Amino acid sequence: MESFVRLTATAAPLLQANIDTDQIIPTRFLTRLSEDGLGEGLFAEWRVRADGSPNTDFVLNRPPWDRAQILLAGPNFGCGSSREAAPRALRQRGFRAVVAPSFGDIFFNNCFRSGIVPAQLPRDAVERLAAELARRGPAGGELSVDLEAGTVGLSGSELSYAFATPPRLRRMLLEGLDEIALTLTESDAIERFRRLDRTRRPWAYL
Amino acid sequence: LATNQGVVGSNPASRAMTTEPDPRTFFDKVWAEHLIADLGAGAFLLQIDRLLLHDVTGGVVMRELGTSGHAAASPQQVFAIVDHLLTTLPAPGLRTGWTPVAAQMIDETRYAARVLGLTLLDVGDPRQGITHVVAPELGIALPGLAIVCGDSHTCTLGGIGAIGWGIGTSEGTHALATQTLVEARPKTMRISFEGMLPDCVTAKDMALALIGKIGAAAGSGYAVEFAGAAVRALPIEARLTLCNMAVEFSAKYGFVAPDESTFAYLRGREFAPRGAAWDEAVAHWRTLASDEGARFDAEIRVDAASLQPQVTWGTSPQHAASVSGRVPQPEELGDPAQRALAERALAYQQLSGGTRFEDVAIDVAYIGTCTNARLSDLRLAADFLRGKKVAAGVTAICVPGSSTVKREAEAEGLDETFRAAGFEWHEAGCGMCGSGRGRLEDIRVISTSNRNFENRQGKRTRTHLASPLTVAASAVAGHIADVRRMRD
Repeated sequence: MESFVRLTATAAPLLQANIDTDQIIPTRFLTRLSEDGLGEGLFAEWRVRADGSPNTDFVLNRPPWDRAQILLAGPNFGCGSSREAAPRALRQRGFRAVVAPSFGDIFFNNCFRSGIVPAQLPRDAVERLAAELARRGPAGGELSVDLEAGTVGLSGSELSYAFATPPRLRRMLLEGLDEIALTLTESDAIERFRRLDRTRRPWAYL
Repeated sequence: LATNQGVVGSNPASRAMTTEPDPRTFFDKVWAEHLIADLGAGAFLLQIDRLLLHDVTGGVVMRELGTSGHAAASPQQVFAIVDHLLTTLPAPGLRTGWTPVAAQMIDETRYAARVLGLTLLDVGDPRQGITHVVAPELGIALPGLAIVCGDSHTCTLGGIGAIGWGIGTSEGTHALATQTLVEARPKTMRISFEGMLPDCVTAKDMALALIGKIGAAAGSGYAVEFAGAAVRALPIEARLTLCNMAVEFSAKYGFVAPDESTFAYLRGREFAPRGAAWDEAVAHWRTLASDEGARFDAEIRVDAASLQPQVTWGTSPQHAASVSGRVPQPEELGDPAQRALAERALAYQQLSGGTRFEDVAIDVAYIGTCTNARLSDLRLAADFLRGKKVAAGVTAICVPGSSTVKREAEAEGLDETFRAAGFEWHEAGCGMCGSGRGRLEDIRVISTSNRNFENRQGKRTRTHLASPLTVAASAVAGHIADVRRMRD
């Protein structure tokens, strides 16, 4: 797992509610033989017009947001399909954090494993940050996401909000730990459980 | 929680001597049975009974297991299934991927599954089909099992009383390497459909009406138990449809506690226990239902008798309305954010608020997917279609959910009914649910699938979700139709 501690970077606003993982990366980009290049599919239907030209109305096609590393998003971001390609595509295009009032449950889990912090803030906090970023315009739209401190702040201001992440996932992301290796340290407990469970629920084991 | 202590190392006799336990929900019981260790700070290590790997995400999981250097922990509990990438168009010889890369991904899945020693449900195998259709059909999914798959619609398996949920690639690799997952414990919600469903109202309509009412995010963070008289009365295949839609209101888990209908459905299926083992399993499964007085973190009640056939008008499953009505006016929606979403959705769908659904012409009628492609779905549509014709200009497609469904439908002559009405009759697979496969582009589709997201069924394709009955009626009418007005 790629580690993340803190980052101050340009934040792109994409505040529409219920942005699903099919929008983050359309299904056709999942038909591939390597996970490299998923970034090509990021918001493909919104970034590219029907004639193949870039949609310059879309925020991620406009400077400075074309180089944003933080996404400021709306409620239920990442709902829908379980595809881990969604956070991977974000990561491959340089994103390290998504700040939103809520997330799709599966997407939220997948973010940590893809080197992305899903920072959940109250809806009014996200709206306040969005309003401040909009007021500053293209020149000064940076946020600071600090996973260690558990804060999202507007750079150059006092405005800062706390967010919580599941402690184990937080630690794995902070330290870049191998999750499978970590679980295998529980091998004795797993073996003990299975020995007993096989007698209770033999049908579960085939 | 006293009820969790039975899992690691306690002896049953000491449990029996304790006083009356607190009433527990079905989910509480299944969770407790799978709890290997409390890892602290809200993280729990859970036993995984079945890992299902399909050709899109499963192939990647197996590839990444290889690069991780770990081995598969329990291959006999892992199934690989070819469904997403297969062409469904009937053709001589064995089918393959619908593009050359898709074919290579299927090959990769097939090869990796053989190397790892997994059970593979491949093209040409009479058991092949959509993962969430074949898992119950073959008894791979059983009551009380914890089942994961890199597919959000794994919640479907809740219809037979399993706890199924969708996971990402990394979690899939973890599950393959350890046969466990680390999970946070969700809150519990009970959604009770009281009373009985009116005629022509199906499990799909229950789900769409519910989501229309509570919103696409209402289930976030919850494990949802569907209950109530109308749910109890649903046949197992309809329960699978209802649970399939749980993730469409953002519930990762949706289920119906197992009962006698469940056991009757599963008896004799290939991977279900047999003989004395079956009796032992059923005795155990009978203990799993939520206890009287068990508490849920949230409760929702729905009057089933008031439900009507539904159709979606927008680009979220929450954009659902009664098919007899009209497309809503965005200004009727109180919340400004919802209004903005509705306006965007109507622009994408090329619809105006106030339009009667019956005035919305369709180009394609699609029956298929893990939501609604089981034998009972096809029977429902075929019963309506018998002696009728698909309207001129409408392309109508039926893709059975599994090779078994297809065979059984053909044995009953349903394929002839579909063909005679003007439907294409396909081979089993996921088909055009997550892609238009070059056939659906900038077109209006009424579909039995579960997602009406922008571009989901093809670029600029405008999807209306509905039940198989409503799709069949609309195919014949040439526009979105209320089946109740069209029956002989």
